[in-house]
Amino acid sequence: MDTATPAVTVALHDGQSVVAQSSQVDARRHGELLLPAVHRVLDEAGLGLDAVTDLVVGVGPGPYTGLRVGLVTAATFGSALGVPVHGLCTLDGLAYASGFDEPFVVATDARRKEVYWARYDDARTRVTEPAVDRPADIADLVAGLPAVGAGARLYGEVFPDAREPEHQSAAALAGLAAERLAAGETLLDPLPLYLRRPDAQVPKNYKVVTPQ
Amino acid sequence: MADEPLVLGIETSCDETGVGIVRGTTLLANAVASSVDDHARFGGVVPEIASRAHLEAMIPTVERALAEAGVSARDLDGVAVTAGPGLAGALLVGVSAAKAYAYALGKPLYGVNHLASHICVDQLEHGPLPEPTMALLVSGGHSSLLLAPDITADVRPMGATIDDAAGEAFDKIARVLNLGFPGGPVIDRLAREGDPAAIAFPRGLTGPRDAAYDFSFSGLKTAVARWVEAKRAAGEDVPVRDVAASFQEAVVDVLTRKAVRACKDAGVDHLMIGGGVAANSRLRALAEERCERAGIRLRVPRPGLCTDNGAMVAALGAEMVARNRPVSDLGLSADSSLPVTDPHVPGDHDHDHLHEISKGNLYS
Ligand SMILES: [Zn+2]
Repeated sequence: MDTATPAVTVALHDGQSVVAQSSQVDARRHGELLLPAVHRVLDEAGLGLDAVTDLVVGVGPGPYTGLRVGLVTAATFGSALGVPVHGLCTLDGLAYASGFDEPFVVATDARRKEVYWARYDDARTRVTEPAVDRPADIADLVAGLPAVGAGARLYGEVFPDAREPEHQSAAALAGLAAERLAAGETLLDPLPLYLRRPDAQVPKNYKVVTPQ
Repeated sequence: MADEPLVLGIETSCDETGVGIVRGTTLLANAVASSVDDHARFGGVVPEIASRAHLEAMIPTVERALAEAGVSARDLDGVAVTAGPGLAGALLVGVSAAKAYAYALGKPLYGVNHLASHICVDQLEHGPLPEPTMALLVSGGHSSLLLAPDITADVRPMGATIDDAAGEAFDKIARVLNLGFPGGPVIDRLAREGDPAAIAFPRGLTGPRDAAYDFSFSGLKTAVARWVEAKRAAGEDVPVRDVAASFQEAVVDVLTRKAVRACKDAGVDHLMIGGGVAANSRLRALAEERCERAGIRLRVPRPGLCTDNGAMVAALGAEMVARNRPVSDLGLSADSSLPVTDPHVPGDHDHDHLHEISKGNLYS
């Protein structure tokens, strides 16, 4: 499952290939869409949730409200079913889906005129930590590289070579996870990559109400 | 009674992650994780901080509640959750968790109203609610008078604040007096050592032509601030205890006067008081006194059930199960402005089959 981008995406993977999947792009309805999508995917496969042995969730970075929907859903399934919950960086799913074997960038929309981004040597190899920046501030770091993800499309002047995929797919995320788990790797804890401190307006010191 | 519904309730509308478990009207567990300390330095609840804290606390709090109740999740008859009103991002964490539990366990889901839950919680303390019940709900987020002929289906607004919530006024006055956040407990404590008649602060909306059941605390707040500033400007000491007592008296005088009047006008002989401000000792004492005089039975739950908690959500969920109310569907959304007139959020009939299928999912 991944809800860290406008895509609400769910896939069921049997270790070899994707059995069923669902992706809907709607940045404002992660909460409404996720559970019915889980049900559709399982239903299509003719399986119940109790058939699932491992859960994988995109940990972001991504807009927080949507991101938390996937994380809390995965954690709850894990607790109710007693199965492990693994985290993967959302950008890694987009990278894996690209299939590139040359250096490139993944950039998603971080809103507020910023992108979440990372650089990769190939589809499986991330070489920078996920970060959040204004596109103009990273122009030198991404110059000349092809870029995938919705962030690349939004800022064409910094990412002139924008390519597919635009949106995250849980099928790619699950495929990457299956590959890594089969290789005996440990994935991330299913904890959010926020990358920004919470917005917190500290109220100004007590405001005098008496007109001076 | 083992045949009463066993329900788990999740509450995340503000800064408390609450998970409660009830069997009918019997409280089995009430686990709460609060992020109030994280908000203190901001002088109010910061939504993003609350949402982050809910995500961290959600699973441990559910597991703690199940352990405390000594029940297995598979024995539940339903999962209830606050669908609104409240902070949108905070609500969404609880709603998502509740849906996932309901689906994974194959249990019916009930998205319920936070305000109706504040009323229904009293069933855990004083047994089934009389019908109708008059309720005064006072907290940092709400101040309303509600008439509830049927807490699962019919809740009617009688009056509400037209500006600040009562609890908000306590927080603001605490800030004026440099007493920190939240303001309720500290003002209550200092007021016990002060003179409630020392300063005649105004009683909002109590004129003959004012709305009989609405509240206003904004004028009171300004009056207190002006009074304190005048003292400071004159270089005099501010008698903090007297200010606290006189301010608190003005708030609880109006609240109790209007609540008792609403009961009399509507011919209701029970008054329920809930919400965080119901923990205020002077509000409890004055309500007791005035209800007694008016021949009204007062019902106020213990403080731990007045502040936001999961048990109140479970209590209303259990009542929904008991009265066979329609379930919510898996597309249930968090509604930050859910009207008080909607005690719960039933699903579309089209989606009901999701529950039928999910029932077969596990442990069946
Ligand atoms: Zn409340």
